[in-house]
Amino acid sequence: MSAGSNAALDLARLARRAVNAALQAAETGAFTVLHPDGGHALACGLTASIAVRIDGHVGYYCAGMNQRAAVTIGGNAGTGVAENIMSGVVRVTGDASQSAGASGHGGLLVIEGDAAARCGISMKGVDIVVGGSAGHMSAFMAQAGRLVICGDAGADLGDSIYEARIYVRGRAASLGADCVEKPMRGKHLAELGDLLARADMTADPAEFRRYGSARKLYHFHVDTGESS
Amino acid sequence: MCGIVGLYLKDLRLAPDLGRLTALMVHEMAARGPDSAGFAIYGEVEAADKISVLSRTGATDWAALERGLGAAVGTAVGVEVLCDHAVLRVAGEGAGATARTWLIAHAPDVSVLGVGRSMELCKGVGDPDAVALRLRLAGREGSHAVAHTRMATESAVTTEGSHPFSTGADTCLVHNGSLSNHNRLRERLRRRGETFQTDNDSEVAAAYFAWRMREGDGIDAAATGALRDFDGFYTLAIGTRDGFAVVRDPIACKPAVIAETDDWVAMASEFRAIARLPGVGHAEIWEPEPARVHSWRRAA
Repeated sequence: MSAGSNAALDLARLARRAVNAALQAAETGAFTVLHPDGGHALACGLTASIAVRIDGHVGYYCAGMNQRAAVTIGGNAGTGVAENIMSGVVRVTGDASQSAGASGHGGLLVIEGDAAARCGISMKGVDIVVGGSAGHMSAFMAQAGRLVICGDAGADLGDSIYEARIYVRGRAASLGADCVEKPMRGKHLAELGDLLARADMTADPAEFRRYGSARKLYHFHVDTGESS
Repeated sequence: MCGIVGLYLKDLRLAPDLGRLTALMVHEMAARGPDSAGFAIYGEVEAADKISVLSRTGATDWAALERGLGAAVGTAVGVEVLCDHAVLRVAGEGAGATARTWLIAHAPDVSVLGVGRSMELCKGVGDPDAVALRLRLAGREGSHAVAHTRMATESAVTTEGSHPFSTGADTCLVHNGSLSNHNRLRERLRRRGETFQTDNDSEVAAAYFAWRMREGDGIDAAATGALRDFDGFYTLAIGTRDGFAVVRDPIACKPAVIAETDDWVAMASEFRAIARLPGVGHAEIWEPEPARVHSWRRAA
Protein backbone atom coordinates (compact mmCIF):
# COMPACT_ATOMS: atom_id res chain seq x y z
CA MET A 1 0.00 0.00 0.00
CA SER A 2 1.52 3.32 -0.99
CA ALA A 3 2.22 5.97 1.60
CA GLY A 4 -0.46 8.57 2.08
CA SER A 5 -3.17 6.56 0.35
CA ASN A 6 -6.80 6.95 1.29
CA ALA A 7 -8.27 3.66 0.28
CA ALA A 8 -11.58 1.90 0.68
CA LEU A 9 -11.24 -1.77 1.50
CA ASP A 10 -14.51 -3.55 0.83
CA LEU A 11 -15.03 -6.84 2.68
CA ALA A 12 -17.87 -7.64 0.31
CA ARG A 13 -15.19 -8.09 -2.36
CA LEU A 14 -11.94 -8.71 -0.47
CA ALA A 15 -11.01 -11.54 1.89
CA ARG A 16 -10.54 -10.53 5.50
CA ARG A 17 -6.91 -11.66 5.47
CA ALA A 18 -6.23 -9.49 2.44
CA VAL A 19 -7.78 -6.48 4.17
CA ASN A 20 -5.82 -7.09 7.36
CA ALA A 21 -2.60 -7.67 5.40
CA ALA A 22 -3.07 -4.38 3.52
CA LEU A 23 -3.65 -2.49 6.77
CA GLN A 24 -0.71 -4.17 8.47
CA ALA A 25 1.61 -3.32 5.56
CA ALA A 26 0.63 0.36 5.44
CA GLU A 27 3.06 2.84 6.96
CA THR A 28 0.83 5.88 6.70
CA GLY A 29 -2.50 6.96 5.27
CA ALA A 30 -6.19 6.67 5.96
CA PHE A 31 -8.36 3.69 5.16
CA THR A 32 -12.04 2.91 5.24
CA VAL A 33 -13.17 -0.69 5.68
CA LEU A 34 -16.62 -1.36 4.24
CA HIS A 35 -19.14 -4.14 4.94
CA PRO A 36 -17.59 -5.61 8.10
CA ASP A 37 -20.94 -7.37 8.82
CA GLY A 38 -19.84 -8.52 12.24
CA GLY A 39 -16.67 -10.21 11.01
CA HIS A 40 -13.96 -11.14 13.50
CA ALA A 41 -10.39 -9.96 14.03
CA LEU A 42 -10.60 -6.94 11.74
CA ALA A 43 -7.75 -4.40 11.77
CA CYS A 44 -5.71 -6.52 14.15
CA GLY A 45 -2.00 -6.22 14.78
CA LEU A 46 -1.56 -2.77 13.26
CA THR A 47 1.79 -1.16 14.07
CA ALA A 48 1.94 2.11 12.10
CA SER A 49 0.37 5.52 12.63
CA ILE A 50 -2.43 5.00 10.15
CA ALA A 51 -6.09 5.94 10.45
CA VAL A 52 -8.68 3.23 9.90
CA ARG A 53 -12.43 3.70 9.91
CA ILE A 54 -14.57 0.58 9.88
CA ASP A 55 -17.98 1.39 8.55
CA GLY A 56 -20.36 -0.87 10.47
CA HIS A 57 -20.57 -3.43 13.26
CA VAL A 58 -17.59 -5.70 13.93
CA GLY A 59 -17.19 -9.11 15.58
CA TYR A 60 -14.60 -10.35 18.04
CA TYR A 61 -11.14 -8.91 18.79
CA CYS A 62 -11.32 -5.95 16.46
CA ALA A 63 -8.15 -3.80 16.59
CA GLY A 64 -6.48 -6.31 18.86
CA MET A 65 -2.83 -5.71 19.75
CA ASN A 66 -3.06 -2.24 18.24
CA GLN A 67 0.08 -0.09 18.15
CA ARG A 68 0.08 3.57 17.10
CA ALA A 69 -2.90 3.29 14.71
CA ALA A 70 -6.15 5.20 15.20
CA VAL A 71 -9.01 2.77 14.55
CA THR A 72 -12.62 3.98 14.61
CA ILE A 73 -15.44 1.47 14.53
CA GLY A 74 -18.59 3.12 13.22
CA GLY A 75 -20.95 0.75 14.98
CA ASN A 76 -20.93 -1.89 17.71
CA ALA A 77 -17.98 -4.12 18.58
CA GLY A 78 -18.06 -7.77 19.65
CA THR A 79 -16.07 -9.45 22.40
CA GLY A 80 -12.56 -8.23 23.18
CA VAL A 81 -12.33 -5.05 21.13
CA ALA A 82 -8.78 -3.63 21.35
CA GLU A 83 -7.66 -6.54 23.49
CA ASN A 84 -3.99 -6.22 24.36
CA ILE A 85 -3.82 -2.73 22.85
CA MET A 86 -0.28 -1.34 23.22
CA SER A 87 -0.71 2.24 21.99
CA GLY A 88 -2.80 4.34 19.61
CA VAL A 89 -6.51 5.03 19.87
CA VAL A 90 -9.43 2.71 19.27
CA ARG A 91 -12.88 4.30 19.23
CA VAL A 92 -16.23 2.49 19.15
CA THR A 93 -19.11 4.79 18.25
CA GLY A 94 -21.72 2.25 19.41
CA ASP A 95 -21.65 -0.35 22.19
CA ALA A 96 -18.90 -2.83 22.98
CA SER A 97 -19.41 -6.43 24.05
CA GLN A 98 -17.63 -8.09 26.94
CA SER A 99 -13.94 -7.87 27.76
CA ALA A 100 -13.32 -4.62 25.91
CA GLY A 101 -9.67 -3.57 26.20
CA ALA A 102 -8.76 -6.84 27.94
CA SER A 103 -5.16 -6.87 29.16
CA GLY A 104 -4.38 -3.64 27.27
CA HIS A 105 -0.92 -2.27 27.97
CA GLY A 106 -1.26 1.29 26.69
CA GLY A 107 -3.09 3.63 24.36
CA LEU A 108 -6.68 4.80 24.62
CA LEU A 109 -9.92 2.89 24.06
CA VAL A 110 -13.06 5.02 23.78
CA ILE A 111 -16.50 3.41 23.80
CA GLU A 112 -19.11 6.04 23.12
CA GLY A 113 -22.02 3.77 24.04
CA ASP A 114 -22.19 1.07 26.72
CA ALA A 115 -19.60 -1.58 27.51
CA ALA A 116 -20.74 -5.06 28.53
CA ALA A 117 -19.29 -7.23 31.28
CA ARG A 118 -15.59 -7.41 32.18
CA CYS A 119 -14.60 -4.16 30.50
CA GLY A 120 -10.90 -3.60 31.13
CA ILE A 121 -10.33 -7.06 32.59
CA SER A 122 -6.67 -7.41 33.55
CA MET A 123 -5.83 -4.02 32.03
CA LYS A 124 -2.12 -3.31 32.30
CA GLY A 125 -1.83 0.35 31.40
CA VAL A 126 -4.48 1.13 28.81
CA ASP A 127 -6.85 4.03 29.40
CA ILE A 128 -10.51 3.23 28.72
CA VAL A 129 -13.29 5.81 28.58
CA VAL A 130 -16.88 4.55 28.40
CA GLY A 131 -19.51 7.13 27.48
CA GLY A 132 -22.37 5.01 28.80
CA SER A 133 -22.43 2.26 31.40
CA ALA A 134 -20.18 -0.75 31.92
CA GLY A 135 -21.26 -4.28 32.87
CA HIS A 136 -20.39 -6.48 35.81
CA MET A 137 -16.84 -7.38 36.83
CA SER A 138 -15.34 -4.45 34.97
CA ALA A 139 -11.67 -3.78 35.75
CA PHE A 140 -11.37 -7.29 37.21
CA MET A 141 -7.72 -7.77 38.24
CA ALA A 142 -6.89 -4.42 36.65
CA GLN A 143 -3.19 -3.76 37.16
CA ALA A 144 -2.52 -0.32 35.70
CA GLY A 145 -4.20 2.35 33.62
CA ARG A 146 -7.45 4.27 34.09
CA LEU A 147 -11.04 3.15 33.49
CA VAL A 148 -13.54 5.99 33.18
CA ILE A 149 -17.25 5.17 33.19
CA CYS A 150 -19.54 8.11 32.49
CA GLY A 151 -22.67 6.10 33.31
CA ASP A 152 -23.18 3.34 35.87
CA ALA A 153 -20.95 0.39 36.69
CA GLY A 154 -22.28 -3.16 37.09
CA ALA A 155 -21.74 -5.46 40.06
CA ASP A 156 -18.32 -6.28 41.49
CA LEU A 157 -16.49 -3.34 40.00
CA GLY A 158 -12.71 -3.60 40.31
CA ASP A 159 -12.63 -7.05 41.87
CA SER A 160 -9.06 -7.95 42.92
CA ILE A 161 -7.78 -4.70 41.48
CA TYR A 162 -4.08 -3.79 41.67
CA GLU A 163 -2.98 -0.25 40.83
CA ALA A 164 -5.44 0.80 38.12
CA ARG A 165 -7.68 3.77 38.89
CA ILE A 166 -11.42 3.75 38.20
CA TYR A 167 -13.64 6.82 37.82
CA VAL A 168 -17.43 6.40 37.78
CA ARG A 169 -19.91 9.24 37.31
CA GLY A 170 -23.03 7.19 38.00
CA ARG A 171 -23.63 4.46 40.52
CA ALA A 172 -21.56 1.33 41.02
CA ALA A 173 -23.94 -1.60 41.69
CA SER A 174 -21.33 -3.08 44.04
CA LEU A 175 -17.58 -3.14 44.51
CA GLY A 176 -15.57 -6.32 44.11
CA ALA A 177 -13.07 -7.77 46.58
CA ASP A 178 -10.46 -5.24 47.71
CA CYS A 179 -11.94 -2.39 45.66
CA VAL A 180 -12.75 0.72 47.67
CA GLU A 181 -13.81 4.29 47.05
CA LYS A 182 -10.98 6.79 47.40
CA PRO A 183 -10.97 10.57 47.67
CA MET A 184 -10.85 12.71 44.53
CA ARG A 185 -7.82 14.94 44.88
CA GLY A 186 -6.70 17.70 42.58
CA LYS A 187 -4.39 15.46 40.57
CA HIS A 188 -7.25 13.01 40.01
CA LEU A 189 -9.56 15.74 38.77
CA ALA A 190 -6.79 16.87 36.45
CA GLU A 191 -6.03 13.44 35.00
CA LEU A 192 -9.74 12.69 34.60
CA GLY A 193 -10.29 16.02 32.84
CA ASP A 194 -7.43 15.18 30.49
CA LEU A 195 -8.82 11.70 29.76
CA LEU A 196 -12.33 13.04 29.06
CA ALA A 197 -10.89 15.68 26.74
CA ARG A 198 -8.82 13.11 24.85
CA ALA A 199 -11.93 10.97 24.50
CA ASP A 200 -14.04 13.93 23.31
CA MET A 201 -16.47 13.39 26.16
CA THR A 202 -18.22 16.32 27.76
CA ALA A 203 -18.56 15.52 31.45
CA ASP A 204 -17.61 17.41 34.59
CA PRO A 205 -14.79 15.58 36.44
CA ALA A 206 -16.23 16.83 39.73
CA GLU A 207 -19.26 14.54 39.23
CA PHE A 208 -17.14 11.37 39.34
CA ARG A 209 -16.10 9.13 42.20
CA ARG A 210 -12.75 7.37 42.30
CA TYR A 211 -12.22 3.71 43.13
CA GLY A 212 -9.04 1.73 43.59
CA SER A 213 -7.30 -0.99 45.52
CA ALA A 214 -7.42 -1.28 49.31
CA ARG A 215 -4.19 -3.28 48.84
CA LYS A 216 -5.33 -5.90 51.35
CA LEU A 217 -4.90 -8.78 48.91
CA TYR A 218 -1.26 -7.94 48.22
CA HIS A 219 -0.04 -10.14 51.06
CA PHE A 220 -1.29 -13.43 52.32
CA HIS A 221 -3.12 -13.04 55.61
CA VAL A 222 -3.30 -16.12 57.78
CA ASP A 223 -6.83 -15.74 59.05
CA THR A 224 -7.07 -19.33 60.26
CA GLY A 225 -3.92 -19.08 62.36
CA GLU A 226 -5.69 -19.43 65.70
CA SER A 227 -7.23 -22.76 64.76
CA SER A 228 -3.93 -24.40 63.79
CA MET B 1 -18.80 -23.39 21.80
CA CYS B 2 -22.08 -23.77 19.79
CA GLY B 3 -24.04 -21.15 17.94
CA ILE B 4 -27.68 -20.37 18.52
CA VAL B 5 -30.11 -18.25 16.59
CA GLY B 6 -33.75 -17.29 16.80
CA LEU B 7 -35.94 -15.34 14.43
CA TYR B 8 -39.37 -14.13 15.46
CA LEU B 9 -41.49 -12.39 12.86
CA LYS B 10 -43.55 -9.45 14.00
CA ASP B 11 -44.81 -8.87 10.45
CA LEU B 12 -46.19 -12.17 9.18
CA ARG B 13 -45.88 -11.03 5.58
CA LEU B 14 -42.32 -12.34 5.97
CA ALA B 15 -43.63 -15.82 6.87
CA PRO B 16 -42.78 -17.31 3.44
CA ASP B 17 -39.16 -16.21 4.02
CA LEU B 18 -38.75 -17.55 7.56
CA GLY B 19 -36.89 -20.71 6.58
CA ARG B 20 -34.64 -18.96 4.09
CA LEU B 21 -33.67 -16.27 6.61
CA THR B 22 -33.11 -18.84 9.34
CA ALA B 23 -30.89 -20.84 6.98
CA LEU B 24 -28.81 -17.69 6.38
CA MET B 25 -28.36 -17.29 10.11
CA VAL B 26 -27.45 -20.96 10.57
CA HIS B 27 -24.86 -20.65 7.80
CA GLU B 28 -23.13 -17.78 9.61
CA MET B 29 -23.05 -19.76 12.86
CA ALA B 30 -21.62 -22.92 11.26
CA ALA B 31 -18.09 -22.08 12.41
CA ARG B 32 -19.28 -21.99 16.03
CA GLY B 33 -20.78 -25.46 15.74
CA PRO B 34 -19.58 -27.50 12.78
CA ASP B 35 -20.51 -31.00 13.98
CA SER B 36 -24.31 -30.94 13.94
CA ALA B 37 -27.30 -28.67 13.61
CA GLY B 38 -31.00 -28.51 14.18
CA PHE B 39 -33.97 -26.21 13.93
CA ALA B 40 -37.56 -25.79 15.05
CA ILE B 41 -40.03 -23.99 12.85
CA TYR B 42 -43.34 -22.70 14.13
CA GLY B 43 -45.86 -22.81 11.32
CA GLU B 44 -49.62 -22.37 11.21
CA VAL B 45 -51.43 -23.99 14.11
CA GLU B 46 -53.03 -27.21 12.86
CA ALA B 47 -56.04 -29.10 14.18
CA ALA B 48 -54.00 -32.27 14.73
CA ASP B 49 -50.98 -32.77 16.97
CA LYS B 50 -47.75 -33.17 15.04
CA ILE B 51 -45.04 -35.43 16.41
CA SER B 52 -41.61 -34.81 14.91
CA VAL B 53 -39.63 -38.05 15.05
CA LEU B 54 -36.19 -39.15 13.97
CA SER B 55 -35.30 -42.66 12.85
CA ARG B 56 -32.30 -43.77 14.94
CA THR B 57 -31.39 -46.46 12.41
CA GLY B 58 -32.38 -44.68 9.21
CA ALA B 59 -34.31 -47.85 8.33
CA THR B 60 -37.51 -47.40 10.30
CA ASP B 61 -40.56 -49.19 8.92
CA TRP B 62 -42.88 -46.17 8.90
CA ALA B 63 -45.93 -48.18 7.84
CA ALA B 64 -45.49 -50.52 10.81
CA LEU B 65 -44.98 -47.56 13.12
CA GLU B 66 -48.16 -45.97 11.75
CA ARG B 67 -50.12 -49.15 12.50
CA GLY B 68 -48.69 -49.56 15.99
CA LEU B 69 -49.20 -45.94 16.95
CA GLY B 70 -52.68 -45.88 15.42
CA ALA B 71 -53.72 -48.83 17.55
CA ALA B 72 -52.25 -47.19 20.67
CA VAL B 73 -53.96 -43.81 20.27
CA GLY B 74 -57.11 -45.20 18.68
CA THR B 75 -57.09 -42.87 15.72
CA ALA B 76 -55.66 -42.60 12.23
CA VAL B 77 -52.03 -41.50 11.98
CA GLY B 78 -50.74 -39.33 9.16
CA VAL B 79 -47.11 -39.94 8.23
CA GLU B 80 -44.99 -37.49 6.28
CA VAL B 81 -41.43 -38.76 5.77
CA LEU B 82 -38.41 -36.59 4.97
CA CYS B 83 -35.02 -38.35 4.91
CA ASP B 84 -34.57 -39.92 8.36
CA HIS B 85 -37.29 -37.69 9.84
CA ALA B 86 -41.05 -37.98 9.86
CA VAL B 87 -43.94 -35.86 11.05
CA LEU B 88 -46.73 -38.00 12.51
CA ARG B 89 -50.16 -36.39 12.81
CA VAL B 90 -52.72 -37.57 15.34
CA ALA B 91 -56.05 -35.87 16.01
CA GLY B 92 -57.83 -35.59 19.32
CA GLU B 93 -57.35 -33.84 22.64
CA GLY B 94 -54.13 -35.00 24.28
CA ALA B 95 -53.34 -37.36 21.41
CA GLY B 96 -49.89 -35.87 20.89
CA ALA B 97 -48.81 -36.43 24.48
CA THR B 98 -50.22 -39.97 24.44
CA ALA B 99 -48.40 -40.68 21.20
CA ARG B 100 -45.12 -39.31 22.58
CA THR B 101 -45.36 -41.54 25.66
CA TRP B 102 -46.18 -44.59 23.54
CA LEU B 103 -43.37 -43.94 21.06
CA ILE B 104 -40.77 -43.51 23.80
CA ALA B 105 -41.91 -46.74 25.47
CA HIS B 106 -42.61 -48.91 22.42
CA ALA B 107 -40.69 -47.56 19.44
CA PRO B 108 -36.98 -47.80 20.31
CA ASP B 109 -36.20 -47.29 16.64
CA VAL B 110 -37.19 -43.60 16.77
CA SER B 111 -36.55 -40.61 18.99
CA VAL B 112 -39.34 -38.17 19.56
CA LEU B 113 -37.96 -34.72 18.77
CA GLY B 114 -41.04 -32.72 19.62
CA VAL B 115 -44.81 -32.51 19.79
CA GLY B 116 -47.10 -29.63 18.99
CA ARG B 117 -49.74 -28.20 16.71
CA SER B 118 -47.42 -25.55 15.32
CA MET B 119 -43.83 -26.69 15.90
CA GLU B 120 -41.83 -29.03 13.68
CA LEU B 121 -38.36 -30.01 14.75
CA CYS B 122 -35.43 -31.39 12.73
CA LYS B 123 -31.81 -32.16 13.57
CA GLY B 124 -28.86 -33.95 12.09
CA VAL B 125 -25.14 -34.65 12.36
CA GLY B 126 -22.74 -33.00 9.95
CA ASP B 127 -22.07 -29.63 8.38
CA PRO B 128 -24.91 -27.28 9.37
CA ASP B 129 -25.46 -26.09 5.79
CA ALA B 130 -25.76 -29.69 4.62
CA VAL B 131 -28.19 -30.49 7.44
CA ALA B 132 -30.28 -27.42 6.55
CA LEU B 133 -30.29 -28.40 2.88
CA ARG B 134 -31.15 -32.04 3.53
CA LEU B 135 -34.01 -31.17 5.88
CA ARG B 136 -35.25 -28.37 3.60
CA LEU B 137 -34.96 -25.52 6.08
CA ALA B 138 -34.86 -22.76 3.46
CA GLY B 139 -38.24 -23.66 1.97
CA ARG B 140 -40.14 -23.68 5.24
CA GLU B 141 -42.71 -21.06 6.18
CA GLY B 142 -43.75 -19.94 9.61
CA SER B 143 -43.93 -17.26 12.25
CA HIS B 144 -40.77 -18.00 14.23
CA ALA B 145 -37.83 -20.34 14.44
CA VAL B 146 -34.92 -21.29 16.65
CA ALA B 147 -31.84 -23.11 15.43
CA HIS B 148 -28.54 -24.42 16.71
CA THR B 149 -25.10 -25.32 15.44
CA ARG B 150 -23.26 -27.65 17.77
CA MET B 151 -19.68 -28.14 18.84
CA ALA B 152 -20.02 -31.01 21.27
CA THR B 153 -17.83 -30.63 24.34
CA GLU B 154 -19.35 -32.89 26.96
CA SER B 155 -21.14 -35.66 25.09
CA ALA B 156 -20.85 -37.53 21.82
CA VAL B 157 -21.67 -36.10 18.42
CA THR B 158 -25.05 -37.72 17.82
CA THR B 159 -28.28 -36.61 16.27
CA GLU B 160 -30.04 -37.13 19.60
CA GLY B 161 -27.54 -34.80 21.28
CA SER B 162 -28.26 -32.04 18.79
CA HIS B 163 -30.57 -29.16 19.54
CA PRO B 164 -33.32 -27.93 19.70
CA PHE B 165 -34.67 -29.96 22.60
CA SER B 166 -38.34 -30.26 23.38
CA THR B 167 -40.36 -32.33 25.80
CA GLY B 168 -43.59 -30.31 26.02
CA ALA B 169 -46.14 -29.26 23.45
CA ASP B 170 -44.92 -26.48 21.14
CA THR B 171 -42.14 -25.56 23.57
CA CYS B 172 -38.49 -25.96 22.66
CA LEU B 173 -35.15 -24.37 23.26
CA VAL B 174 -31.60 -24.09 21.99
CA HIS B 175 -28.80 -23.73 24.50
CA ASN B 176 -25.25 -22.47 24.41
CA GLY B 177 -23.44 -23.42 27.58
CA SER B 178 -23.59 -26.21 30.11
CA LEU B 179 -25.69 -26.84 33.20
CA SER B 180 -23.91 -28.27 36.22
CA ASN B 181 -27.00 -29.31 38.19
CA HIS B 182 -28.80 -31.12 35.39
CA ASN B 183 -28.71 -34.56 37.05
CA ARG B 184 -30.49 -33.31 40.15
CA LEU B 185 -32.92 -31.26 38.07
CA ARG B 186 -33.65 -34.25 35.84
CA GLU B 187 -34.61 -36.34 38.88
CA ARG B 188 -36.79 -33.55 40.17
CA LEU B 189 -38.52 -33.23 36.82
CA ARG B 190 -38.97 -37.00 36.49
CA ARG B 191 -40.90 -36.95 39.74
CA ARG B 192 -43.12 -34.31 38.17
CA GLY B 193 -43.89 -36.50 35.19
CA GLU B 194 -41.30 -35.49 32.61
CA THR B 195 -39.79 -38.22 30.42
CA PHE B 196 -36.29 -37.99 29.00
CA GLN B 197 -34.64 -39.61 26.02
CA THR B 198 -31.02 -38.51 26.51
CA ASP B 199 -28.52 -37.67 29.27
CA ASN B 200 -28.11 -34.22 27.79
CA ASP B 201 -28.22 -31.16 30.07
CA SER B 202 -30.11 -29.11 27.49
CA GLU B 203 -32.94 -31.65 27.38
CA VAL B 204 -33.31 -31.02 31.10
CA ALA B 205 -33.58 -27.28 30.42
CA ALA B 206 -36.30 -27.96 27.83
CA ALA B 207 -38.16 -30.23 30.25
CA TYR B 208 -37.98 -27.52 32.90
CA PHE B 209 -39.77 -25.09 30.59
CA ALA B 210 -42.29 -27.78 29.57
CA TRP B 211 -43.04 -28.46 33.22
CA ARG B 212 -43.38 -24.82 34.21
CA MET B 213 -45.64 -24.00 31.26
CA ARG B 214 -47.78 -27.07 31.88
CA GLU B 215 -48.20 -25.77 35.42
CA GLY B 216 -49.55 -22.51 34.01
CA ASP B 217 -46.49 -20.28 33.84
CA GLY B 218 -46.09 -17.93 30.92
CA ILE B 219 -42.74 -17.82 29.22
CA ASP B 220 -41.52 -14.94 31.42
CA ALA B 221 -42.39 -16.68 34.67
CA ALA B 222 -40.87 -19.94 33.44
CA ALA B 223 -37.64 -18.17 32.45
CA THR B 224 -37.52 -16.34 35.78
CA GLY B 225 -37.81 -19.73 37.48
CA ALA B 226 -34.99 -21.06 35.31
CA LEU B 227 -32.75 -18.21 36.44
CA ARG B 228 -33.35 -19.36 40.00
CA ASP B 229 -33.09 -23.12 39.41
CA PHE B 230 -30.42 -23.53 36.72
CA ASP B 231 -26.80 -23.68 37.86
CA GLY B 232 -24.27 -23.27 35.09
CA PHE B 233 -23.61 -21.31 31.96
CA TYR B 234 -26.38 -20.66 29.53
CA THR B 235 -27.69 -18.46 26.84
CA LEU B 236 -31.08 -19.86 25.86
CA ALA B 237 -33.42 -19.06 22.99
CA ILE B 238 -36.87 -20.45 23.72
CA GLY B 239 -39.81 -20.89 21.40
CA THR B 240 -43.43 -21.36 22.38
CA ARG B 241 -46.51 -21.57 20.17
CA ASP B 242 -46.99 -17.81 20.20
CA GLY B 243 -43.84 -16.51 21.85
CA PHE B 244 -40.08 -16.23 21.86
CA ALA B 245 -37.66 -15.53 24.71
CA VAL B 246 -33.96 -15.11 25.35
CA VAL B 247 -32.34 -15.55 28.72
CA ARG B 248 -28.70 -15.50 29.88
CA ASP B 249 -27.23 -16.65 33.17
CA PRO B 250 -26.01 -14.00 35.66
CA ILE B 251 -22.34 -14.41 34.66
CA ALA B 252 -23.20 -14.10 30.95
CA CYS B 253 -20.07 -15.76 29.55
CA LYS B 254 -21.97 -17.13 26.58
CA PRO B 255 -22.48 -14.48 23.95
CA ALA B 256 -25.79 -13.14 22.66
CA VAL B 257 -26.97 -10.24 20.62
CA ILE B 258 -30.54 -9.20 19.82
CA ALA B 259 -31.70 -7.02 16.96
CA GLU B 260 -35.24 -5.74 16.56
CA THR B 261 -37.02 -3.93 13.75
CA ASP B 262 -40.72 -3.25 13.16
CA ASP B 263 -40.80 -6.50 11.18
CA TRP B 264 -38.79 -9.00 13.24
CA VAL B 265 -36.76 -9.84 16.32
CA ALA B 266 -33.55 -11.77 15.76
CA MET B 267 -31.25 -13.30 18.32
CA ALA B 268 -27.87 -14.89 17.67
CA SER B 269 -24.65 -15.82 19.38
CA GLU B 270 -22.88 -13.30 17.19
CA PHE B 271 -24.00 -10.29 15.19
CA ARG B 272 -22.72 -11.71 11.91
CA ALA B 273 -25.68 -14.12 11.90
CA ILE B 274 -27.99 -11.11 11.90
CA ALA B 275 -25.97 -8.93 9.51
CA ARG B 276 -27.76 -10.02 6.35
CA LEU B 277 -31.36 -9.90 7.51
CA PRO B 278 -33.56 -7.45 5.58
CA GLY B 279 -33.70 -4.00 7.14
CA VAL B 280 -30.93 -4.69 9.65
CA GLY B 281 -29.56 -1.20 8.99
CA HIS B 282 -32.52 0.22 10.89
CA ALA B 283 -32.53 -2.37 13.68
CA GLU B 284 -32.15 -1.58 17.32
CA ILE B 285 -29.27 -3.79 18.43
CA TRP B 286 -28.30 -4.72 21.98
CA GLU B 287 -26.81 -7.47 24.09
CA PRO B 288 -29.35 -9.12 26.37
CA GLU B 289 -28.49 -8.31 29.95
CA PRO B 290 -27.40 -11.05 32.34
CA ALA B 291 -30.17 -12.65 34.40
CA ARG B 292 -32.93 -10.78 32.60
CA VAL B 293 -35.71 -12.29 30.53
CA HIS B 294 -36.29 -10.78 27.08
CA SER B 295 -39.51 -12.01 25.52
CA TRP B 296 -41.99 -11.36 22.74
CA ARG B 297 -45.49 -12.69 22.34
CA ARG B 298 -48.08 -12.44 19.66
CA ALA B 299 -51.34 -10.82 20.69
CA ALA B 300 -54.03 -13.49 20.97
